[in-house]
Amino acid sequence: MAEQPARAPEVPSEKSGKRGVSRTLMKFARYTAIRGIALLVTVTIGVYISIWIANMGGHVDTIRIAQVKESVGLKFRGPTYRDMTPSERQTLMRAEEEREISRLGLDKPFLGRSFGYLASALSLSLGRTERMTSDTGSRQVRAVLLERLPTTLVLFGTANVLVFFVSLFVALFLSRRYGTFLDRAAVALAPTSSAPPWFYGIFLILIFAAIAGILPYGGLLDAPPPTTTLGYVLSVLKHMVLPLLAWILGTMAIAVYGRRTFFLIHSSEDYVELAKAKGLRSNTIERRYILRPTLPTIITQFALTLVFAWQGAIITETVFQWPGLGRLLWQAIGLFEVPVIIGSVVIFAYLLALSVFLLDILYAMIDPRVKLGAEGQT
Amino acid sequence: MSSLGKALTTVRRYPSAVIALIIILGLIGVAVYAVVSIPLSEAIYLWRGTDQVWSDTPRNAQPAWTNVFRSKKLPETFVVRMGDSEKTTEQLGEAMWRETSVLTFDYKYSLFPTEMNFFFDVTFETREPQVTITWITPDGEERRLFRGNVRPGQRFAISQDDKLTRNLGTLPDVGLFAVPETLAEGAEPEVWKGGYALRVEAITFEEGSSVDGRLVVYGDVYGAAGTDHLRRDLMVGLLWGTPIALMFGLLATIGTTVLGFIIAAFGTWYGGWIDALIQRITEVNLMLPFLPILIMVGTFYSRSIWVMLAVIIALSIFTAAIKTYRAMFLQVKMSPYIEAARAYGASNTRIIFRYLIPKIIPVLIPNFVTGIPTFVFLEASLSVLGLGDPTLPTWGKILTNAYQGGALYRGYYYWVLEPAILLMITGLSFSMLGFALDRVFNPRLRGM
Repeated sequence: MAEQPARAPEVPSEKSGKRGVSRTLMKFARYTAIRGIALLVTVTIGVYISIWIANMGGHVDTIRIAQVKESVGLKFRGPTYRDMTPSERQTLMRAEEEREISRLGLDKPFLGRSFGYLASALSLSLGRTERMTSDTGSRQVRAVLLERLPTTLVLFGTANVLVFFVSLFVALFLSRRYGTFLDRAAVALAPTSSAPPWFYGIFLILIFAAIAGILPYGGLLDAPPPTTTLGYVLSVLKHMVLPLLAWILGTMAIAVYGRRTFFLIHSSEDYVELAKAKGLRSNTIERRYILRPTLPTIITQFALTLVFAWQGAIITETVFQWPGLGRLLWQAIGLFEVPVIIGSVVIFAYLLALSVFLLDILYAMIDPRVKLGAEGQT
Repeated sequence: MSSLGKALTTVRRYPSAVIALIIILGLIGVAVYAVVSIPLSEAIYLWRGTDQVWSDTPRNAQPAWTNVFRSKKLPETFVVRMGDSEKTTEQLGEAMWRETSVLTFDYKYSLFPTEMNFFFDVTFETREPQVTITWITPDGEERRLFRGNVRPGQRFAISQDDKLTRNLGTLPDVGLFAVPETLAEGAEPEVWKGGYALRVEAITFEEGSSVDGRLVVYGDVYGAAGTDHLRRDLMVGLLWGTPIALMFGLLATIGTTVLGFIIAAFGTWYGGWIDALIQRITEVNLMLPFLPILIMVGTFYSRSIWVMLAVIIALSIFTAAIKTYRAMFLQVKMSPYIEAARAYGASNTRIIFRYLIPKIIPVLIPNFVTGIPTFVFLEASLSVLGLGDPTLPTWGKILTNAYQGGALYRGYYYWVLEPAILLMITGLSFSMLGFALDRVFNPRLRGM
């Protein structure tokens, strides 16, 4: 709003206005392209670093070669090869080992292969797992990841969206009641968020599972799993209560505090004071003068919340034995299951980059304060 | 500096900050006490628990003070040493002596002990002494528990002795202390409170050969903190966990905030490609998943607390915080006094460290204090994933041991609650102080 007087002289005659539009479009396209390329480069570097870390700079190869040798050795101890002389068996074993190692590409230097990994990771051909399988027996990394995605989304999608909207409205409510008892209570509660959700989870398990015995310790379903759909849903809901509560306890207070402060800062702007002075209804002030200018920030936060839900929460899932993506990732690391690790990392990076990209474009379109391209800045 | 002092005086107006400060000082006191009373090498040795250092403590015992809240007191652990009782020696023949000592003790608890052990401490040159142990009930009835040759370091596990269990018809812990009539079929065994004795007769075959030993009657409570599944006194871990938690939190926060701050200051001051590079690194770093990378480093490389600390700092420097600092420095960079400093010819480093950074330090302080609990809990989180330092006792590791040892299923709540409450207190106190400081130092929020 404050920009309008300054912008007004920039719109002169009809003719130059048209040229202005096409110039803006050009600028916009250029901005989009630069932003897209920059993000792609960022993703590429990030994924490449992850590939190096996940392979321990090539050291995982040594481990995998040892594993290959072990499994080949075990195979040749079987009854099929008992009739061979030891030397015959040795030659056959060596040949099998070499075949296996070259099949896995472990005979080539890691540096060269790392670029191959990068290319396939970036093109989202995630390949096959080495040892893990999905519950249906598939060895496709895609299948392994997709199998865990719903459980993670059900829990952390719900949790994050719930915390996001509840904290948003509570914060808006509190920012109008600055200094009241409720407001001060919310401020006093904020430090409780210094403990992570899993920490509250242990307390909740202690109270509701161990002492009261009314909710399960963890897991996704009752054993044996219910056969009806309704029973299945109820069982999942019952197992979701404690992790959800833990997530709320660990994150809600700080979310409320942060947004409350954010709204307070924005509601002390001059235009809000003016609106108040004009005698507008507080609902209108809230919608038009507080929520609307802060909308870009709120949208960003919401998008990032959803992106981070994709990763699940490794420790909360571990404490509650929730079979989600976080625990999958942890198990994958423990098994040196590099394809699964990289698959998870690359999807996260893409999701993050994509949402940042879309948000950037959205801002450039809706927010007059965002200036396009390098020329805009000077 | 006077403005800082003024700010600290303002802090006193916040009761939460004063309470937090008192708790923090208390924690620092505990940390100093731990480091002074138990040297690090001893703490590591005790926590590793080799060489039977924890032979005289019960397994999974509750803290002793919990008995205050119980109507039926749980038995305590006690040790009866042969050295404390009189020893009579008589010569039986050439190169043959008999040493007799009678160990007496009162058993006054209404519940049976959980375990009993007799540990021998014998010295001889070539021929092992022969020892007979006799159990004497309060009314003087005798029962032979053990006879045999004894080697140094030998242990007689009374509770696990099959012969004794067969003879008594019940577990030795119960059978030896029960009123005989209550041991009958269908009856509930009751403790026979009173004075018991243990007669240890040793036949030695060498000049200078001697037999020493101790009886340990394990109860269900121990010390102020209780014990874990490996009989370790939790007090050692809880005490030493304090300096480790504080050190970890402090070093990680100093590392991330101070380094991030300095890097942001240099980037903003010099601008150009340095600034651009910092921005790009930050963007890449934001793409990297923090916890998975830490887990990978812990699994693949090293679990040492120092390696973890270094990786945590490296990954936490280039985050959203550095962008916030940059925005602040950009504002300060334009101020007239910086221009004045440049005009009189101050060097770049001088401007950065003497003019740029001190201006923003008030903003840094609350961030700094609120950052500490994050890292204290991060250490605990890593422990939950089994990536805690393998040698050091930490709160997170106790919590993990308890969680994995089924403390919640088996009702050993103290085992979970003790480290958890300490973590909570530490986290809350720093966090409360940080929030109060934030209101003092950040004028934008002062009115709010």
